[in-house]
Amino acid sequence: MSIVPAPLLRFYHRMASPPHFYSFADKLLPWFVVIFVLLAVSGLYMGLYLAPTDYQQGDSYRIIYIHVPAAWMSLFVYVVMAISGAIGLIWRMKIADVVAISSAPIGASFTFIALVTGSLWGKPMWGTWWVWDARLTSELILLFLYLGVISLYGAIEDKRTASRAISILALVGVVNIPIIHYSVEWWNTLHQGATVAKMDKPSIHIDMLIPLLLMATAFKFYYGIAMLLVAKVEILKREENSQWVQKLVEETNE
Amino acid sequence: MNSFNEFLAMGGYGMYVWSAYGIAFVVLLLNIVLPFMQRKQLVRDLALKQKRNKQ
Repeated sequence: MSIVPAPLLRFYHRMASPPHFYSFADKLLPWFVVIFVLLAVSGLYMGLYLAPTDYQQGDSYRIIYIHVPAAWMSLFVYVVMAISGAIGLIWRMKIADVVAISSAPIGASFTFIALVTGSLWGKPMWGTWWVWDARLTSELILLFLYLGVISLYGAIEDKRTASRAISILALVGVVNIPIIHYSVEWWNTLHQGATVAKMDKPSIHIDMLIPLLLMATAFKFYYGIAMLLVAKVEILKREENSQWVQKLVEETNE
Repeated sequence: MNSFNEFLAMGGYGMYVWSAYGIAFVVLLLNIVLPFMQRKQLVRDLALKQKRNKQ
């Protein structure tokens, strides 16, 4: 007797098996690439070319189309990492551990991109590359959390122990996520407030909003692609001595 | 051609806009290329190991 529906349970068990997940990733990847390219091309075309120039910020605002999706993803990937880390911790699910550690370098990259593009946007608009305000500082802490996860994982030889350690670190760091999100409301800052994710309707023009949402969705699929590619390497490393990896190695070298 | 130059200039913010897009592109590309190369290398290493074990 279970409260979880049977097909979902079956899916969970299939995904929990490394060889299944590996071939599932191979099936998923080409679709993700196609969807990503379509979204990114249309998003970039609309964002860089079709969208009107901002009346206050001129064309510098077009940095928004990578800055904001990257910043959103830096939070999203962190939450995915923490949740899958927790699943790995509680149910000892190997694939959840793999997803957690595979997400870390991509999350770190998104955070880095958010910080750098923000800096490049801040210079012409605020007159400075950087301010030590709550939004920027908490986002910088996020980068250090990601880097901490990556180096902690690398420092522990036994990968099961390493996964347990990073899951705990990731879970502790979750505190930082609401701080980043609400930092522009709680503290006075140069950074502008939320324009899309708020209770009212978005305060951004629809012609600017559509490419932003396209790019945000494109970045989600990009994350799927990059994470699955890293996860495949991680699975091969962990399952090195298993029969299915041995067979796969044999087949690729024939 | 003129409108293309205008497009590149981004109303005078070209340097900021294009370096933002350029850096993002390079970082995102690395996240795809590196695991790809790592997997190739790993499979090659494992194949070598396999061969040695068979002998």
